[in-house]
Amino acid sequence: MSEKTSASRRAFLRTGLAGGLAAGGAALAAGAARADDPLITDLEAQPWTQYLGDGVDAAPYGLPSEHEAHVVRRNVAWLTADPVSSVNFTPLHELEGIITPNGLCFERHHGGVAQIAPSEWRLMINGLVERQLVFTLGDIMRFPRVTRAHFLECAANSGMEWRGAQLNGVQYTHGMIHNVMYTGVPLRHLLEEAGLKGSAQWLLPEGGDAAGMTRSLPLEKALDDCLIATHMNGERLRPEQGYPARLVVPGWEGNMWVKWIRRIEVGDRPWHHREETSKYTDLMADGTARRFTWEMDVKSVVTNPSPQAPITHGHGPTVLSGIAWSGRGAIREVHVTTDGGINWHQARIEGPSLDKSMHRFVYEFDWDGAPLLVQSRAVDSAGFVQPTKNALRKVRGVNSIYHNNGIQTWAISSEGEAENVEIS
Amino acid sequence: MSRFPERGRRAGASRLLAAAALALAAAPAAAGPLGLGRAATPAEVAAWDIDVRPDGTGLPEGAGDVLTGEEVFAEKCAYCHGDFGEGVDRWPVLAGGQGTLTDERPVKTIGSYWPYLSTVFDYINRAMPFGEAQSLSPDEVYAITAYLLYMNDVVDDDGFVLSHENFSEVRLPNEDNFRADPRPDTPLAKAAPPCMTGCKDSVEITARAVILDVTPDADEDSTAGISVD
Ligand code: HEC
Repeated sequence: MSEKTSASRRAFLRTGLAGGLAAGGAALAAGAARADDPLITDLEAQPWTQYLGDGVDAAPYGLPSEHEAHVVRRNVAWLTADPVSSVNFTPLHELEGIITPNGLCFERHHGGVAQIAPSEWRLMINGLVERQLVFTLGDIMRFPRVTRAHFLECAANSGMEWRGAQLNGVQYTHGMIHNVMYTGVPLRHLLEEAGLKGSAQWLLPEGGDAAGMTRSLPLEKALDDCLIATHMNGERLRPEQGYPARLVVPGWEGNMWVKWIRRIEVGDRPWHHREETSKYTDLMADGTARRFTWEMDVKSVVTNPSPQAPITHGHGPTVLSGIAWSGRGAIREVHVTTDGGINWHQARIEGPSLDKSMHRFVYEFDWDGAPLLVQSRAVDSAGFVQPTKNALRKVRGVNSIYHNNGIQTWAISSEGEAENVEIS
Repeated sequence: MSRFPERGRRAGASRLLAAAALALAAAPAAAGPLGLGRAATPAEVAAWDIDVRPDGTGLPEGAGDVLTGEEVFAEKCAYCHGDFGEGVDRWPVLAGGQGTLTDERPVKTIGSYWPYLSTVFDYINRAMPFGEAQSLSPDEVYAITAYLLYMNDVVDDDGFVLSHENFSEVRLPNEDNFRADPRPDTPLAKAAPPCMTGCKDSVEITARAVILDVTPDADEDSTAGISVD
């Protein structure tokens, strides 16, 4: 891996250097004719240089620059009957690194955003335990806590793409994901406090909102790495992410990460509730359905360029950036192709590589201005390889809605515009 | 200000309740390792523990018949789900669709897809009607569930009465068609190392995004059949 990467890096630096020199020469030649840039020479064009800005009391809770007002979650009104039981999408093409800012984390809820005051929140543990307990938020904050980054992906992310390329924007094709640094209490501690009975095998986490979300969670996973989270990216959970406390189920489908959690029942069998029967089961072409398909498989996508983020600088040095993740561990490798999968290159994994967390990859290349077919393909630490969409369709058909982790293709035109396509 | 305002406000009452619960429990167990939290009272557990399992565990006592269910449904459910559960606009379809699971556009309903009747009872009881959750009485939920069985041709007698006593006798037709997760169902790296160079001779574009305008007020007609989950 590293050999190839450094070889291609060297090649890039060589061509990049040469290209830079050539461009510099052209700029010098044109320099005589070009007017001076008033943003440099004209003080009136730079009021920020002359006049004072806002004081420290102008924005007690800071907001992004007004020039970033277009960087927002967006929903697709026709997808669902009502915005109260709907979804919006993370603007992945506007983000870098691995952490999703709190205000841009996509939302999916089934009965609107519950507003619960911390003093009015309770968590009950009942069922097959020695002590049926009620905790306040104050109690939760006295348990040992941990901090971990994890992605949360809706099992229906890319679900609209099973039948073919549908939506022109990575925000819509892949935006039901966010990656957050959670702080919370390992669920294990709470279960130990209640004392599990010998027959305990399953949990039923339940939300306190008007949807009363419930999912059956195997005890083994709960004891392994689940958290009751109170904080995201350093601050308290946002209301739309389950304030004041939500369940974190690392690597598993987002629907299980019950928000506004109010109760955990301990039982000996699964409950087969609505969100694990009517929904979140995968219908195969033969009419059978898979259930309890919890893990989110290895997946990646190029976020720049993409339909909402075309290449605007013309040919020359170009940075391709994207994200990769796996519910089965860390990302080992990401491969990128610009010719539709004839030849692949090792991308560089940039920034932290954490378990069940989003990874950032980049691939720098010298674009000659010819049309491209861009794809990325990730391999995880469990040895899973991101498949093509056609490979998935061959096994599963096109009606399974969930768990579409197929390779995404963007066709880049010579103008740098990107389109969602499928290729042979 | 107290860090735990609820303790300050209701300390006396909750201590009494906790003491009562401990007294009621057959063999009160010692506190957990950290001694955090307090015992839940029986009334508290009963108030929140409303879930129902396929074997009938958790069902409240009660009964309701198809015709009563039709009335309640018409009043409280039909304006979203349609008089016969056929679904108004984009609100969910609750009946029909039998035999469509292998079609190009399967219709997944209680009758065509759901494996267990307990799920119907549990979900309606916890989350419906949409916007007024947990407002139905047990008898109303039994009656609506009986009506939905009738609308889905699972029972054909409109005099059918569903109750906590006969509940577990009812089976939904698609129960046997659910399977365990068989993944991985595509090759792992050790079986098929990903190809890096000269992986195919040529490449063609076979499909393009059909929806070019994904703005929120996109034309509804162009999107029939796509759903988020
Ligand atoms: C205001 C509109 C509305 C009303 C009234 C309403 N529902 Fe619903 N129903 C919904 C919505 C929206 C959903 C999907 C919620 C979600 O996204 O999780 C739903 C889901 C359901 C489902 C699950 C469907 C599936 O395929 O998973 C059932 C069953 C159901 N409703 C039954 C009822 C019953 C019974 C009533 C009357 C007591 C009722 N609903 C009243 C809007 C409504």
